[in-house]
Amino acid sequence: MSIIPGKAAVVGIGQTPFGKGLGRTEYDMGLEAILAACEDAGISPSEIDGLVRFDMESLDEEMLLSALGNPDLSYFIGTPMGGGGSASVLVHAALGIASGMAETIVCYRSRARGKNSSFGKAQNQGGRYWERLAADLPDVSGMWHVPQGLVTAFQEMAMITRRHQIEYGTTEDHFGEVAVTFREHAIRNPNAVMRMEMTLEDHHQSRMISDPLRLFDCNIETDGACAMIVTTAERARDLRQPPAIIRAGSLGAGSHHRRLSTLFDRSREEDSAARTGKRLFAQADLSPDDIDCAYFYDFFTSLVIIALEDYGFCPRGEGGPFVADGGISWDRGRLPCNTNGGQLSEAFIHGFNNNLEAVRQIRGTSTSQVEDCRFALVAGANTDPTGAFILERAS
Amino acid sequence: MSPSVPRPLPTHDDVEFWEATRRGEFRLQRCSDCSRWRHYPRPACPDCYSREYSWDEVSGRGRIYTWTVVRGPTLPVFQERVPLVVADVLLDEGVHFQAELLDCTPEEVRADLPVEATLTELDDEFTLVKFRPANR
Repeated sequence: MSIIPGKAAVVGIGQTPFGKGLGRTEYDMGLEAILAACEDAGISPSEIDGLVRFDMESLDEEMLLSALGNPDLSYFIGTPMGGGGSASVLVHAALGIASGMAETIVCYRSRARGKNSSFGKAQNQGGRYWERLAADLPDVSGMWHVPQGLVTAFQEMAMITRRHQIEYGTTEDHFGEVAVTFREHAIRNPNAVMRMEMTLEDHHQSRMISDPLRLFDCNIETDGACAMIVTTAERARDLRQPPAIIRAGSLGAGSHHRRLSTLFDRSREEDSAARTGKRLFAQADLSPDDIDCAYFYDFFTSLVIIALEDYGFCPRGEGGPFVADGGISWDRGRLPCNTNGGQLSEAFIHGFNNNLEAVRQIRGTSTSQVEDCRFALVAGANTDPTGAFILERAS
Repeated sequence: MSPSVPRPLPTHDDVEFWEATRRGEFRLQRCSDCSRWRHYPRPACPDCYSREYSWDEVSGRGRIYTWTVVRGPTLPVFQERVPLVVADVLLDEGVHFQAELLDCTPEEVRADLPVEATLTELDDEFTLVKFRPANR
């Protein structure tokens, strides 16, 4: 029996403008997003007593906290991995609240990772992480891949994608459907970076990056920061915004995508994302049919298709047909997904921008608002470790 | 200076692999108790938890399980050589191993294609296991 359901709520969201090559530090952007989230919630930064961050965050939290006036923290924790930890931050925040360790928790992610964002040599000055790989590989797992030419996440995910095609016949049209649908959502969202129209044909004409993934199958490279304030469900009732109650939150680890050899030794049902999904619905006492909209970690189009299967929205292998014909569109889909445009078209803030959009849906303020939205599901990358949560509109 | 391939930094847990490839041998860990092969190198067997193992020579034969064709952007040293076919090979021993596939165009690669290992010198210190289509 989990202590999470119904105890905590997201009461503030904040972000910077998103863009490519903004010429700002992760420090500066992270601070803007956190202050905006406090303002949105109607609380003072001095009230923050908990902090949940990504382990991968390169924004130093001592620097961050000193700029916030060094609030008195009683709870602080990190989540492993990048995208895999994007939803887990909210799960850990919910735990911090439900357990009584803190009352006002901030979660955030700041990234200056556009290819034109690098400034100087300091690590938090941005740029593409893999372009900084040294001549001698310090990473023990990297030594098996990188010298063979497998350097980036998209090359590894391309191998996973190809296997899905081999087993289930998933097509390039299916991948394109995800890209085109999320672009439609981005066009409706003034905060999105990519707002030019995209057709299925445009997708198929975009250049191949790592077969079978094309440019338009990959998340965009952007700069920006996002933050959230989480507090008790009780206190949330008295604050400025309609609360987004954390109905359930679950975590999963134990099947490593980063180590492809061990990943392919297992069945997909043993993937952490599939296990996380089962735990999530059991804890929430809900089924996939109850979910009004979902936010999957769209680092690549194909991984959204696989996530639909992982989280039980369709049987294994049927994620491709599920997304066809606008299946995940905000207004005509059977399951509206990534209504902000996601990381394929809005911005790539390690999934945190998807977290924010789920809150907007619960508040009723999305630019692609789903009618009568009661439950929104958010999942971290279906790499490992991962996590997911369900938000509920307060009745 | 021309760009170089990032080089492995072996540890006590895997140095035997690199010493073997330098001698021209493709060896992987095998559990001394349950005989199961494993890759990546691990100090214990994930099946029976035995910490006894040996580095045994594998057949080097297997089939393509999945693959990608790297076209870039990537590190300059690989960008010079694209398109690069990199595959996950399911070895006859039941172990997955990722490596570049040589002598095979992007059009020729397919699932279940039989392949065999070919040891390829990276520099004076390191030799990589790569693959090529079998019976050529």
